Amino acid sequence: MGIEILGLPLMYYIAMLGKVLVAFVFVLLTVAYATYAERKIIGHMQVRLGPMRTGWHGILQPIADGIKLFFKEEIIPKEASTFAFLIAPLIALIPAFLTFAVIPFGGTIEVAGYKIPLQIASYFDTTAGKVFDINVGVLYILAMSSLGVYGVVLAGWASNSKYSLMGGLRSSAQMISYELSAGIAIISIFMLSGTLSLNKIVELQSGMGGFDWYIFKQPLAAFLFFICALAEINRTPFDLAEAESELVSGFCTEYSSMKYAMFFMAEYANMVTVCALTATLFLGGWNGPMAVATPLLGPVYFVAKVYLLMFVCMWIRATLPRYRYDQLMALGWKVLLPLALLNIVVTGIVGYFI
Amino acid sequence: MNPITPIINGLKITLSHLFKKPVTLQYPDERPDVAERFRGLHGLKVSHSKAKCVACYLCPTVCPAKCITVEAGEDSNHDKYAARYEIDMLRCIFCGYCVEACPVDALKMTGEFELANYRRRDFVFTKDRLLEKK
Repeated sequence: MGIEILGLPLMYYIAMLGKVLVAFVFVLLTVAYATYAERKIIGHMQVRLGPMRTGWHGILQPIADGIKLFFKEEIIPKEASTFAFLIAPLIALIPAFLTFAVIPFGGTIEVAGYKIPLQIASYFDTTAGKVFDINVGVLYILAMSSLGVYGVVLAGWASNSKYSLMGGLRSSAQMISYELSAGIAIISIFMLSGTLSLNKIVELQSGMGGFDWYIFKQPLAAFLFFICALAEINRTPFDLAEAESELVSGFCTEYSSMKYAMFFMAEYANMVTVCALTATLFLGGWNGPMAVATPLLGPVYFVAKVYLLMFVCMWIRATLPRYRYDQLMALGWKVLLPLALLNIVVTGIVGYFI
Repeated sequence: MNPITPIINGLKITLSHLFKKPVTLQYPDERPDVAERFRGLHGLKVSHSKAKCVACYLCPTVCPAKCITVEAGEDSNHDKYAARYEIDMLRCIFCGYCVEACPVDALKMTGEFELANYRRRDFVFTKDRLLEKK
């Protein structure tokens, strides 16, 4: 039945390329307009308008920002380790995109006789009649988020500047502390689902008209995961790395033009990824009314949930002042980690008796 | 002290702000309405087609920024008048003391605040520029 490369039909590779392009373009456009949406939403929440002059109501602002950053002078400090300096923004940015490889954004659609599941790293096995994806999907995601820490550490270290180093160290300490609590919050999810495969997790949340979503069964884990994820991506109220850039310095002081733009794109791309993860693990992914019947409705629900969560991130940014570093570490280790562990114990006990 | 309730209250407030009309004034398309007693550019009042100022030197005396320059002269009716009256807007602090000090009510402050200019010497407003246009 046509050409087979490595035992899989050619259509599989074409479909995978298509899915990669769609996901990549979606994340890029969302990142670009998330900057604009954030400025407008935070502006209105603070009883002021956001950008208004660039285009109608400021809609060309991201393009103007991109052009400005593109034309800025590229400065590399002489004593900086050049290779690490150049590669650090990439290491911060790429894992955010890589995580999208396992997130299911829809059910299975049928194109030219082949069934294609709307998840990049998966395929529909015709002999077994079901979708196979990475069966350690959640582990892959945790690994990718750990990679993001390297970008920050390298940026601080390679800049060869005392303030950048301190900023980078503090930021990476923050990220690894909160990664723990996030991981432990996810453990309670797979105590319920019994599988690490994201496709199965979404499938298990598809019953009972929305009340099967894990946010109803594990509200504490959802709350903890969302907060820890906000801290992971250096977002207010945990954004000391950014704030220090404004006040004194931070890990990205020595960066100019496109590399600086990449760090900030990395922040927003991470935000999209984290919201997509929360939507998949806790809000039922692409599930919604009649999502299984009409396969193209799945991505719509998924995108709606991701945008809703991004709105909540921006809402939190507009409201809260930022944490001091010691308050932040105390929160991560003394409050959130014990709560996450308590959640696992309670889930285990309740799960044993029910 | 419950740490969660203040955060929730704050979030409620910001959400309610999202639905209010912003208070921003889109300058330069919309100009602000200044109050009646707004202290902007000075204006020399006229009566019977000449300035009321009698060059009594009270306004340069009271000015905290020493920005007013007055030189008296004698006009055709042998009355004292201000032959030279200049206010340096770069020094002026717009406090209004000169208006309060004037005994003949010859000086007032208008609502004009858009005083930007290109050359330093254009900021020294001479009598002809300060005179009210009737």
